[in-house]
Amino acid sequence: MKRSFLEKAAAVPHIVWMIMFIVAPLLFVIYFAFTDAAGKFTFSNILNLSNYGDIFLMSVLFAFIATVICLLIGYPLAFFMSRLKPSTQKVFVLLLMLPMWISLLIRTYSLLALLDNGGLLNSLLTALNLPAVKIVGTPGAVVLGMVYDFLPYMVLPIYTSLSKLDIKYFEAAEDLGCNGIQTLFKVALPLSRSGVISGITMVFVPSISTFYISQKLGGGRFDLIGDTIERQFLMNNNKNVGAAISLVMMILILISVAVMNRFGDDDGGELIV
Amino acid sequence: MKVLSKIYMFLIFGMLYAPIIVLVLFSFNRSGSFNEYSEFSFYWYKELFRDSTALDALKNSLILAALSSVIATLIGTLAAYGISRMKNRYVKTAITSVTNIPMMNPDIVTGVSMMLLFAAASAIPFLTVEMGFWTMLIAHTTFNLPYVILSVLPKFKQMDKHLSEAALDLGCTPGMTFLKVELPFIMPGVISGLMLGFTLSLDDFVISHFVSSSDFKTLPLYVYNQTAHEVKFSMYALCALMVFAILLLMILVNFVGSGKNDNNKKKKRQIKRRQMN
Repeated sequence: MKRSFLEKAAAVPHIVWMIMFIVAPLLFVIYFAFTDAAGKFTFSNILNLSNYGDIFLMSVLFAFIATVICLLIGYPLAFFMSRLKPSTQKVFVLLLMLPMWISLLIRTYSLLALLDNGGLLNSLLTALNLPAVKIVGTPGAVVLGMVYDFLPYMVLPIYTSLSKLDIKYFEAAEDLGCNGIQTLFKVALPLSRSGVISGITMVFVPSISTFYISQKLGGGRFDLIGDTIERQFLMNNNKNVGAAISLVMMILILISVAVMNRFGDDDGGELIV
Repeated sequence: MKVLSKIYMFLIFGMLYAPIIVLVLFSFNRSGSFNEYSEFSFYWYKELFRDSTALDALKNSLILAALSSVIATLIGTLAAYGISRMKNRYVKTAITSVTNIPMMNPDIVTGVSMMLLFAAASAIPFLTVEMGFWTMLIAHTTFNLPYVILSVLPKFKQMDKHLSEAALDLGCTPGMTFLKVELPFIMPGVISGLMLGFTLSLDDFVISHFVSSSDFKTLPLYVYNQTAHEVKFSMYALCALMVFAILLLMILVNFVGSGKNDNNKKKKRQIKRRQMN
């Protein structure tokens, strides 16, 4: 059957939009990364990135720690959720998705309300005649913020892949003499690999590129890649250096996502919306 | 084991919700401090609504979310239709992968790349590009598009091809077939795409941060500016309102989505039964 005009033309507005507002902007990132303020071609932006080595290293480290903690906390949660009654599971999925829908800015801010020097925690401690704790401004606070903000992104994909598994796998494993821990490592984990991998990606990518978590909870003491990009664009007005940092970060993320996906199953990670 | 797992789930969900609950509770605290809960009052809400910039920001946010989600739904639904009918696998894969770029890329890169596009565009003579409503609208529509396509495309795949073929055989033009046969079937996907887009747009801070100006502020941008220096309890009130709005939207989305699904399942069952007879 011949395709009608409508069928051929339907995707055209989208393709035009994509080229103008997805492809072209990315080309401009590349263009600005390789030019100087006067528009001349230069490698100096990229070469000078070695000045930002510490920042890259610290960002990777923070994001890595946050991802590992999310995985350690999130996997058991996803596992327990997948073992509940189907109707209860639905409720918990909703409970998990609600924070994902609330703006990250608001959630970070609410965490700040809890932990800040004049926040609830310290008010309670003072009321109990205990010394106040200083959490905001420490590296721990930044990592905590990342874990708090992005934990649902880890749990949901893992839960999705675990809930698809037939309970008979676990029964069989137990019948054949596995204990709980063996069941976890030999049955559940390999079978939910695709979920784990998309979970890791979905926590690592926003963690490494965040800037308001480090601004709010780090008390401005920690410059991550995101903070640096934001400053180059909005304060220093140095678009070329900012573009170069963005480009390198994007390439690093693309490489790590590609590597992660190679470990994944053939169906790839499922993106959860 | 059962008890332990319940305690564990309770703890983690408690951790996820504690800050939000604290924020909502203390937004009703008249004293405006964490040291004492003096009395339950709407004082900070009144304070918030006395602030005309906050109301402007609310208006801007709603207009932007409505417009960008509607535009994205129109373009995206048509695109999903076109993509589902494409014969060439490579073109199809190319389009879907490029579509997914804003979803895969960190928000900050999307925001920065948009900013560079607009900066470069203003270098073109006779074209003045100022950051503001239009740049925000373009950016929000762009990041809504993949989510619309993601919710509509599976509906086209689920659909029985014979239905539209039958409509064509019975004399419908392709346009009429789309409106009378395909559109009703994919409607649940279209609506969830629209609502998803609306929510994402309402929530977005990072991308807006890079393509906005001080003339056109949305609520998240307003919150960000207000919280830069000092803690304001009227901001807690605003955040609490936004949490309620999201809660309401989410209940709506799930209500609409699950209701339609049940109907579809029932219909399918009926059709099967009829076939068996």
